Amino acid sequence: MNLPRQSRSGGLLAAAGLRRLGSRPSFFLGILLLFVPTSGFGSPVIIGSKKFTESYVLGEIAKRTLTNAGIPAEHRQGMGGTIILWQALRGGQIDAYPEYIGTITQEILKTDDASSLEEICASLGKLGVGMTDPLGFNNTYALVMRRSEAQQLGIRTISNLRNHPSLKIGLTHEFLDRQDGWRPLRERYALPQRNVIGIDHALGYSALANGSIDVKDAYSTDAKIGQNDLVVLKDDLQFFPKYEAVFLFRSSLRPDAIAALRRLEATLDEERMIRLNAEAERTKNYTRAANLYFEGRDGAPRLSDAAARGPYQNIGESFPHKLGRWTSRHLQLAGFSLLLSVIVGIPLGIIASRGGPVGHGILGFASIVQTIPSLALLALLVPVPFFGISARTAIAALFLYGLLPIVRNTASGLQDIPRSLRESAVALGLSPMARLWEIYLPMASRSILSGIKTSAVINIGTATLAALIGAGGLGEPILSGLNLNDHVTILQGAIPAAVLALLVQWFFDLLDRVLIPKGLRL
Amino acid sequence: MSALVKLADVSKRYADVVALQPTNLSIERGKTTVLIGPSGCGKSTLLRLIIRLIEPDSGRIDFGREPINSDSIDSLRRRIGYVIQEGGLFPHLTARANVLLMARHVGISHEEMQKRLLELCELTRFSGSLLSRYPVELSGGQRQRVSLMRALMLAPELLLLDEPLGALDPLVRASLQKDLKEIFARLSQTVLFVTHDLAEAIYFGDQVVLMNEGRVVQKGTVADLRDKPANVFVSEFINAQQGLDPI
Repeated sequence: MNLPRQSRSGGLLAAAGLRRLGSRPSFFLGILLLFVPTSGFGSPVIIGSKKFTESYVLGEIAKRTLTNAGIPAEHRQGMGGTIILWQALRGGQIDAYPEYIGTITQEILKTDDASSLEEICASLGKLGVGMTDPLGFNNTYALVMRRSEAQQLGIRTISNLRNHPSLKIGLTHEFLDRQDGWRPLRERYALPQRNVIGIDHALGYSALANGSIDVKDAYSTDAKIGQNDLVVLKDDLQFFPKYEAVFLFRSSLRPDAIAALRRLEATLDEERMIRLNAEAERTKNYTRAANLYFEGRDGAPRLSDAAARGPYQNIGESFPHKLGRWTSRHLQLAGFSLLLSVIVGIPLGIIASRGGPVGHGILGFASIVQTIPSLALLALLVPVPFFGISARTAIAALFLYGLLPIVRNTASGLQDIPRSLRESAVALGLSPMARLWEIYLPMASRSILSGIKTSAVINIGTATLAALIGAGGLGEPILSGLNLNDHVTILQGAIPAAVLALLVQWFFDLLDRVLIPKGLRL
Repeated sequence: MSALVKLADVSKRYADVVALQPTNLSIERGKTTVLIGPSGCGKSTLLRLIIRLIEPDSGRIDFGREPINSDSIDSLRRRIGYVIQEGGLFPHLTARANVLLMARHVGISHEEMQKRLLELCELTRFSGSLLSRYPVELSGGQRQRVSLMRALMLAPELLLLDEPLGALDPLVRASLQKDLKEIFARLSQTVLFVTHDLAEAIYFGDQVVLMNEGRVVQKGTVADLRDKPANVFVSEFINAQQGLDPI
């Protein structure tokens, strides 16, 4: 299941960027490889790509180019957004990836877009990163409308929008937040529209088609512009910076690989890129789209289909097999994080049950963690060195989410033990440990188990978000479906996740009968 | 006649409420001492100070020749049995497990435990067939018998009873009163018995200690209290009890 998503930059704003983080199944392997040094003798050049069609295609083209030059190369596709790729490049986990000039100046270097290519190269050079010359096409931001409506209203340029304040505008969250996004655009053009909503890029095309919105942001090489009969509004005030595609590479990359990448300079114009994007979206096969690039070029042997399939072993995977893989991954994420929550949460709950500043502190901390939106929590963990984009981050986030119900239920279960029974245990002469293990915890077992049950169900639900950071699970089809605007695919993840939550609930109800002492169930 | 427990100038206050004024009291061996008085008079506080559920603010409490303090209390608690009004049975344990809980902890052999359990069932007139029931499956009177068995399991030198019959209906109460008195006599048990019921005090008490507002007002036999009241409160308390039960 590929993700023909036409977006260009993940954005440095992590929360917004996370919306486009990778969910490629093969990514799990990538995660493992991420921690293996990549610079050893004979090790392949690792090409990264962002999680949208054009980046996939460019990554694939780079891989083919290197391979054709006799340099072993791997393409780790759809790793996420700008920040992820940039950090992976700086950290040496990847050697090169396709990027856009505008993103480099605005989001990475945070300089003004008047910088010349030489200035940009110099700034990047100080960071140990090199840059090729532009590949040829400019994938800039654009505003698009339905062709019929644009003609009817006589709108050709962004300036024309000023006369139509009632138009509804739907923008990707990233565009709303970007430094070169909606706010400065509105100022420059003095746009009067106040009816602006944030909407997922792929969903935005449906919203545009059915009239829920009238204007949306897009990219000038977006295959969907042609497919949906949309028009690009002319940027008559030249607001949008240039977004010419280049490759960024580590300065320490072997010279022959750099030379190979440089051979891609000025070889791809917009028309051609739109064709490659359209082909990739149509066939869901980036290798085939990349092949189009090499067709007719000198000395570019076409890879056989079998050889080209390398990283795409998932394409032909049967649904039951995929479902099994998603589900087992999902259970691993939820189960392991739940285990951690139990191991940490019960002792914390015991401490919290004693009250005092420490107890209140623990409950307060757990409550605060719970109020952080899960997306934001993931975003906060991604930049932390140990976590990054990995299953660890997903497990850490799920662990934190699972903590509060367990801590709170353990504490309240213990506090609810009548004072007379606590005192009886003390008066009998039981040691503190014996009181805890033989009296207090069994008596609080119902409450503790129900806390664990709550955590488990929450974890099953929240684990679907793990796909956002490439950790897999049933969120994968949900995310893919969202990107493809494909309800069947969404349901392929959503229904099993719901069933799983029910099964977990049911399993814990059974567990209650085993673990809660009979005397408490009468 | 020697004292098993001796309180010297023991006091306890909670914030600005005095629970117990500095108090001196001796609990005689082999006797039943009844602490009586209206609610909040400090009688339960006194009991809880002895078993060290609360720490005294001042004074000392001796158990035999040993002072009761936080160091000695763990071993001393095993020499003291404690029964409260609601029984204090652990709901997740069967009657048997409740009774044997401490014995298991101090490592008494299985045979010995079973032998002791049978003795206690006989002593407290508790049917052995009910031992595998959980507390919720037992009646109030049965629960108090189990609670008593648990308190007596390690043959304690002192038995502390905090209104043990307070929650029972009159018929059950009467039969348990009779059984308790027999048990105390058979075991020559030293007992400290808290109640607010004068009739119960008369029935059990070798020595009655009347308390009010955190202090001992008078101690002696019930006859002493009736015939030679130390002050107006004593005679009022006795007279009121003969009419209505004060709460």
